[in-house]
Amino acid sequence: MPSALIAPVVVLACGNPSRGDDALGPLLLERLQAWLEAEGLADGFELIGDFQLQIEHALDLAGRRLALFIDAGHATQSPFEFRRIAAGQSTRHSTHALSPEAVLAVLPRVSDAEPPPAFLLCVCGEHFELGAALSVAAQSNAAQAFALLERLCYAPVLAGWAEAASAFVDMNHGGD
Amino acid sequence: MSFELETAPANATNLRRVAIDPVSRVEGHGKVTLLLDENDEVQQVRLHIVEFRGFEKFIQGRPYWEVPVMVQRLCGICPVSHHLAAAKALDWVVGAQCLTPSAEKLRRLMHYGQMLQSHALHFFHLSSPDLLFGFESEVGRRNIVGVAAAYPEVARQGVLLRKFGQEVIRLTAGKRIHGTGAIPGGVNRALSLEERAGLLAEVDQIIAWSRDAVQLAKRLHRAEPGLYDVFGSFRSNLMSIVGANGALDFYDGKLRARDADGKIIVDGFDVQNYHALIREEVKPWSYMKFPFLTSLGPEAGWYKVGPLARVQNCDFIATPLAEAERREFIEHGQGGLVHAPLAYHWARMIEMLHAAETIKDLLHDDDLSGSDLTTSGPRSREGVGVIEAPRGTLIHHYRVDDDDLVTMCNLIVSTTHNNQPMNEAVRRVAKRYLNGRQLTEGLLNHIEVAIRAFDPCLSCATHALGKMPLQLELQDAAGQVVGRLSSRV
Repeated sequence: MPSALIAPVVVLACGNPSRGDDALGPLLLERLQAWLEAEGLADGFELIGDFQLQIEHALDLAGRRLALFIDAGHATQSPFEFRRIAAGQSTRHSTHALSPEAVLAVLPRVSDAEPPPAFLLCVCGEHFELGAALSVAAQSNAAQAFALLERLCYAPVLAGWAEAASAFVDMNHGGD
Repeated sequence: MSFELETAPANATNLRRVAIDPVSRVEGHGKVTLLLDENDEVQQVRLHIVEFRGFEKFIQGRPYWEVPVMVQRLCGICPVSHHLAAAKALDWVVGAQCLTPSAEKLRRLMHYGQMLQSHALHFFHLSSPDLLFGFESEVGRRNIVGVAAAYPEVARQGVLLRKFGQEVIRLTAGKRIHGTGAIPGGVNRALSLEERAGLLAEVDQIIAWSRDAVQLAKRLHRAEPGLYDVFGSFRSNLMSIVGANGALDFYDGKLRARDADGKIIVDGFDVQNYHALIREEVKPWSYMKFPFLTSLGPEAGWYKVGPLARVQNCDFIATPLAEAERREFIEHGQGGLVHAPLAYHWARMIEMLHAAETIKDLLHDDDLSGSDLTTSGPRSREGVGVIEAPRGTLIHHYRVDDDDLVTMCNLIVSTTHNNQPMNEAVRRVAKRYLNGRQLTEGLLNHIEVAIRAFDPCLSCATHALGKMPLQLELQDAAGQVVGRLSSRV
C-alpha cells in the first residue's frame, strides 16, 4: 500500500467476544471506531481486531508513526496498565499467539521496516469462560480505559503518549 | 480399555509425577503427566486436553442462521473450517444439499485459503524452530523470532504465505476474522474480476514458495531418516473424507478408512450417518473422548486424521505438482503406509502446495464472479456437515426446531479424533527418550515435538495477556514440588 494511504496510527486489539472478559479488546475497539468517526478523527487511525496476535500482524505495523496494542490482562493491575513496549521475546512463548513485544520483533526480520514506537493498553479482566458475559469489574475497567483512549487519540504524538505512560508508571509504582 | 503406559502397573511404587502444563506452542491448554519410578523409568504417560464441550450448549437456543458466524469463536486459528462445517450442516436444514456452482466454488476457495494459511503457520512458525534448530537446542532461540534471525527468508515466506491465505479468506468471507461469507444455502458474496486479478498476480509466487516448502520438509526428513521415520512412530488406522473418484478433497466427500497396512476397511460412507461409523469412548482420567470405528471396537478401531491420513487415504491429488509430491511420499513408505508423526510435516506441505494450485485453478473460473449464490429446497430439522480442516476431519451436527432455533449441537473436532494417536505418540517418545534419564527441558521438548506434529487445537481462542502460562512441575513420590519452570505470554 502506498505510504500516503497508510493511517499513521494502528490500533491492534485482540480477544474473543464469546469468552467473558476476553471481550475487552474487541469491545474497546468497537467503541473507539464509533468515537473516532463521531469526532472526525477516523482517517488518522487503522483499527485491526483479531482473536490473537499473530506473525502477520507485524506487517500491519510497517510505515506507522505509532502503534497501540489493546488486550485484556489476567492478573493485570486494575483497572488497566498503560506502558511503552519494545521489541523482544519471552524465553518461551506460543507462536499460536504472540506477545505484542514479539510481534514488534518479527517486523524487521521479515521486511526492511523498523517497528514504530509502540504502547500497550492492558485492561484487567477476571473471568474468561466460554459464553460468559463481561464481568461488572471489567465493564468498569473498560470505561476507565476508554477515557484514556480518548485522550491518546485526540493527540496521537509520541511525546504525549510517552508522557502518559510515564505518568501512569509514576502514579502506580511511585516512580520506581 | 487401557493401552501400554496409559496406566502405571498396580505394583509400581515410589513413583514421581512430572507435569508439562500447558504444552507450549499449542493452542489453549494441554497437559502431559509422566509418572516415573525411582530409577527414572517411565511407568505412565497421559496427554490431557480440555475439550470445548461447553460450546455445544452455548449454541443451543440460537437461531440456526447465526451459527456459521458464532462457531468461528471456537478457534482463533481455523475459524473458517468451523464456519464452513456449520454452513454445510445447515445447508440440509434449508434444503440446499446441492449448492449452485458459484456458491460451491467460492466456499472451496475460502477453505483452500484457510488450509494454506494454517499449514504455513504450522510449519514455518510452530514446528520449524524444532526442526531447524533441533529438539534440544537452546530454548531461548527455539521460537519464531529465532527462526527469523537465523533463516530470515524462510520466516519471510511463512509470513507472506499466511498473509496470502488470509487475503483469500478476507475476499471470500468478507472480513479477515468473523467472516460471514458462507450462509445456509450458499454464500452472500462473489469475487469481482479485480479481486480475482489481484490474487492471480500473486498466486504463482505462492505456488513456488509452497514447492520450496515441500522440498524443505522432504530434505529435513531425508537428512535424518533414523529420526524422522522412527520418532514416536506407531501403527494405526487412518480416516478422512475422500472426494469424487478418490481424489484428495478438503471440502466435501465420503468417509474412507484404511487399516495400518493400507487396506481400505470403510469406503464411500455417507457423512450424514457418521454416528453409525464412529463411537467415542470415555476414560476417567481425560476430559476428551476417544473416538473409534464402531465395527472394530475401541481397542483396534482408533485412527489418525489430518495431513498424514489424507495424503495416504486418497487415490490421487488432482493438481500436478502436489500429485508428483504425493507419489514420492507414497514411495517413501516402500509399499506400506508411513506412520511416523514427523511425516505429518511433509504431508502438510504437500497439502499446502495442493491448496495453492487449487486456488490458482479456481481463480481462473468465472463462476467465482457469478450472481447465482444461494439455493433452497424442502426444509429439514437436522443436518451434518463434514469438512477436512487443517488438523483433520471436522464434524458439525445440528438439530433445529419449528422456531428455527438450534436444539442440539454435536461437534467432533480433529483433535478429538487424534486423541488416542497423540497419546500413543507421546508414550512412544517417552519410552524411547526419557526412560532412565535425568529430565531436562530439551528431553521434555521431545514430548512437545510429538504433540505439535499433530497440531492439536485445544479449547482455544482465548488469549488474554498472562492467561497462557507455561508451567513445568517436577514432583516427588510424596507429591512435593521439587522443581518448577514458568513463563507467560
